[in-house]
Amino acid sequence: MIRTEGLEKRFGKLQVLKGIDLNFEQGQVVSIIGHNGSGKTTLIKCILGMVIADKGKIFFDGINISDNFLYRENIGYMPQIGHYPENMKIGQVFTMMKDLRKNSGSLDESLLEEYNISAIADKPMHALSGGTTQKVSASLAFLFNPKVLILDEPTAGLDPLASEILKAKIAEAKNKGKLVIITSHIMSEVEEMADKVMYLYEGKVNFFNSVSELKKLTGEVKVGKAIAKIMKDSAHV
Amino acid sequence: MFKIAKYVVYDILRSKVLIAYSLFLLLVSFILFGLEENSGKSVISLMSVVMIIVPLVSIIFSTTYFYNAYQFIELLVAQPISRSSILLGEFFGVSISLLTALLIGIGIPVLIYTPDATGFVLLISGFALTLSFISLAFFSSVAMRDKAKGIGLSLMLWFYFSVIYDGLVLGILFSFSEYPLEKAVIAMASFNPIDLGRIIILMKLDISALMGLTGAVYKQFFGSNFGIIYSLFIMFVWIIIPLLVSLRIFRKKNL
Repeated sequence: MIRTEGLEKRFGKLQVLKGIDLNFEQGQVVSIIGHNGSGKTTLIKCILGMVIADKGKIFFDGINISDNFLYRENIGYMPQIGHYPENMKIGQVFTMMKDLRKNSGSLDESLLEEYNISAIADKPMHALSGGTTQKVSASLAFLFNPKVLILDEPTAGLDPLASEILKAKIAEAKNKGKLVIITSHIMSEVEEMADKVMYLYEGKVNFFNSVSELKKLTGEVKVGKAIAKIMKDSAHV
Repeated sequence: MFKIAKYVVYDILRSKVLIAYSLFLLLVSFILFGLEENSGKSVISLMSVVMIIVPLVSIIFSTTYFYNAYQFIELLVAQPISRSSILLGEFFGVSISLLTALLIGIGIPVLIYTPDATGFVLLISGFALTLSFISLAFFSSVAMRDKAKGIGLSLMLWFYFSVIYDGLVLGILFSFSEYPLEKAVIAMASFNPIDLGRIIILMKLDISALMGLTGAVYKQFFGSNFGIIYSLFIMFVWIIIPLLVSLRIFRKKNL
């Protein structure tokens, strides 16, 4: 579904991605973890075409994404911090996105309903709390029923109820055979949702395996501890 | 592209800056036309205002608008929309808004007081200047990541075209006054959209005799049909080139 070959990205002197090869398949929930600044968001943004890689290729369904934008019809993206036109109202943002994406398929408005967004449709975007903005981002990501969901720290800032709703939605998407890519720092969530874990360390894939494999390898029962062990080991090298 | 332009226009109409701009132009035009009996003199005064204010407002407004719309652009880039449509959509949206403001602020008074070729030329140069300075504003906005630097670059561009350039031209004319400079003078005018706009209007007003030898050279060249086509073409180049350069940068930009 999504494949990269030798992806490299440098911001000034800082080499953020140092040759990333990966392959994400449909029907998986992949969790990307790593230290702050390990290149998680950059990798995601490269896949989305928001950041242009210096070297390497990215394929979406076998199609090279450089100079292509239509593949993004199949992606729903929830950013870490959603930025929206400040003087628009919530309702207007949704109408605008529907208008701009002229999606032919059916819309998935279940998150909109569960978060009761219609009740706050008249609120301007600049007056929203971080959590509400996250709800808007999540609803937008799922709205167009995309094949791939890319969620950058989805539950950070959401209240417990809202994050449970989102997790249920992620599980549902997985069961429908979609690919869900999540970055997260919350290990209990990784354990709860992810099938596979990819550990980015200083711009390289340090570890990419299934959760059960990870536990076996480290001899730990909890994902959190297993990952902590890997992180410690790689930091020593 | 046009959908994006539509949302940009909606967004701009909601801010009061544009309304203030049209009202200001309207006020200045009515005062200038009211002060003089002879509408030709008013057009000259109005021209001086247009040549300073219109490029300044166009470039600063567009630059700040671009940085304020950064979030909107960020949102769009992750959607199945090409980067060129995003940037061109922004460009058309800003252009439509500023041209409308100019049409109200200058167009209405001109239509009332001097509905002739001179007034029309004033309006056309105003339009062309607006577009080329929006284009320049987009260039500095995509070239600079930092808002303060972007606005700084825009201000410098404006300052260069409206003040420094003329100083340089004068300096060259003085230092080389013993050489034939006719062609050089025309070439130098082409490198500055503001000068070009001013010359076109002055030609239409038929007061080139007041400008001495340079005026005669201008009259001979810009007064001819070829000269008019040439200056319109150069004006167009001043709109297209910065826009193409911005498109090029924006396509490879990291957001």
